[in-house]
Amino acid sequence: MTAGVAHVAGAGPDLPDPVPSAGRTRSLTAYLLLLPGALWLIVFFVVPLAQLFTVSLQSGFPGYPGYYYRDVNFGTYASALTEFAGHFGRSLLYAGLATLFAFVLAYPLAYAMAFRAGRWRNFMMICVIAPFFTSFILRTIAWRQILADNGPVADTLTFLHLLPGGRITETWMAVVAGLTYNFLPFMVLPIYASLERADARVIEAGGDLYANGFTTFRTVTLPMSMPGVIAGTLLTFIPAAGDYVNAELLGSDRSTKMVGNVIESQFFKVLGGFPTAAALSFTLMAIILAMVFLYIRRFGTEELL
Amino acid sequence: MGLFSGAQGKAARGFREAQGDLHIDGVTKVFTDFTAVDDLTLDVPRGSFFALLGPSGCGKTTTLRMVAGLEQPTSGRILIGDTDLTGSRPYERPVNTVFQSYALFPHLTVRDNVAFGPKRRGESDALRLADEALELVEMTRFAGRKPGQLSGGQQQRVAVARALVNRPEVLLLDEPLGALDLKLRRQMQVELKGIQTEVGLTFIHVTHDQEEAMTMADTVAVMNLGRVEQMGHPEVLYDLPRTTFVANFLGQSNLGNGRVVDTDGDDLVVEVAGTTARIPKARSTVSSGAVTFGVRPEKVRISDERPRDAGNDVRATVVDVSFTGVATQYLVTVPSGSTWMVYEQNLDVERNHLRPGDEVWLEWSSGHAFGVATDDDAAASGTAAAAPDDADAPDDTDAPDDADAPGDPTARPAASVDAP
Repeated sequence: MTAGVAHVAGAGPDLPDPVPSAGRTRSLTAYLLLLPGALWLIVFFVVPLAQLFTVSLQSGFPGYPGYYYRDVNFGTYASALTEFAGHFGRSLLYAGLATLFAFVLAYPLAYAMAFRAGRWRNFMMICVIAPFFTSFILRTIAWRQILADNGPVADTLTFLHLLPGGRITETWMAVVAGLTYNFLPFMVLPIYASLERADARVIEAGGDLYANGFTTFRTVTLPMSMPGVIAGTLLTFIPAAGDYVNAELLGSDRSTKMVGNVIESQFFKVLGGFPTAAALSFTLMAIILAMVFLYIRRFGTEELL
Repeated sequence: MGLFSGAQGKAARGFREAQGDLHIDGVTKVFTDFTAVDDLTLDVPRGSFFALLGPSGCGKTTTLRMVAGLEQPTSGRILIGDTDLTGSRPYERPVNTVFQSYALFPHLTVRDNVAFGPKRRGESDALRLADEALELVEMTRFAGRKPGQLSGGQQQRVAVARALVNRPEVLLLDEPLGALDLKLRRQMQVELKGIQTEVGLTFIHVTHDQEEAMTMADTVAVMNLGRVEQMGHPEVLYDLPRTTFVANFLGQSNLGNGRVVDTDGDDLVVEVAGTTARIPKARSTVSSGAVTFGVRPEKVRISDERPRDAGNDVRATVVDVSFTGVATQYLVTVPSGSTWMVYEQNLDVERNHLRPGDEVWLEWSSGHAFGVATDDDAAASGTAAAAPDDADAPDDTDAPDDADAPGDPTARPAASVDAP
């Protein structure tokens, strides 16, 4: 066999190869292809992360706010966690609620797009994606008008006696609504993709095998779309938990702040807040990683499709 | 019978118990702009192996889907025994389908796939029934696998088990062998036939492969443009096609358009392109006027000497000679200009001296000739005319477009000209 043939037949560097020189060339190629991405990650992710970690362990000079010295001070973590435990709880709660609402809204939409839309499918797809063409901040500010006191939504809910407080803005409802709205496409698209890929005959087979419409959905359609559901919930929950824009623009100054808002203000508004902000960032990352890990362990995606 | 010994579980809500023959009674199915099934009436006796044979778009899959309840007829009724199933949902019918693409549940193991039906029907020992069904199709050792880990043939067996395990009154097979390679397809044909004999259920098999239909089924219905052209035992259908379409679609036929010029006792005397031939009256659907004369390729004898009994013979020129081992296939041009096929068993080695360009005589026994009404569309060319192939039809769109499809006669394997 010539090197040329091996080259044509070759796929990855891990395949056994009868021609050693060709194999070495190929594995070198693979590493060269990895290089730009790896460099990018090292320079813009690994190094800043390490830097952030060292900042989180620094101590401030007493009496000189804004000045730090290199230290291994885990005390910042303890104090940050005790002081901002409520914000952590709120972040996870709001992100969880937003994920839940996004799922409830997105699944029927994705289902309709995949199975019922017919020639309207592309139009619906454009409607889901079109908001990305305007600024995230602008769209979030627009929600202040929609949810404003004496606005249509608040008035209607008050009229129906569903809004005891009389207002939506500056409450948790506005923040969760904003989060749900902003991350909805990230829920719709993966679910749509997995439903659209599902073989219509497989769903028919459920009906053919004595399952009525609801049972077919529960035992066939939903399990088959689980990879999309898992991807969608992760893509919604993770950024929502770290978000601060919605709480900033739609929430109140105190009672609806999320961890993201605290990190933002500790970094940019509070003198001497760098170690606290870094420690909060790290803690949030750890919590989200742990939750995602447990979630994937529980609903594992590999076995599906 | 050990299989299916479990008691009938409590039926799902709305489930219709029904037993007996399947009756399709004047069923029509119209899609937006086209009639897929046109006033179809069929009776399928209980326990028989019935094949619906036809080209893509002939309405066979639509018919099957209406029996399954996956489509509802525009008009007409579907009954099993005395129970009218028209309008009922798929899950309410004692009917199961083996889908063309198998349609196994990708997220369930093989065992859970097979147990799906019994579980929905509330069988307490669904898993045991599933294991028995898997044993029947020899898939026991794959019970724990997911469908994605199986080959096409293995998935096909699981699909059969998943339908059989419910012991349906009627089992529908929608081109279940279409995706398998030729060798596996032959093997599965024999096995499916064996399973049908063993369990004694009514099987309705949809296929566009005429050989598959003839080997497996007790009764074959040849469908074209939403109607049944002819129905009967494969041997009868092959021996005496009643339409040009059947003559061409089921096996191959040498055809020629002509006129009835006279009668002679029990025979019609027919003139085709200046040659006269005889057709027994009982073997012709027309008795006067235009007729399409036909004779099967293996019923024609080829010789370079003029046969002694003149009357059923024609002069021809050899175009092509293909030696296939057990037989030799000749393509010859007859005076009308069309190409005939002659299929000779290689009993006499000395005969194989014919070469392209040779002048020969063709001869056949008039008892093998048949006459059908002239169909201007299908009979335009002499041999196996292209069957209409409506690819826009809503059913059969994923039928494999392989050499089994009727069409160019030279593209077909010589072996497809099979004697019954």
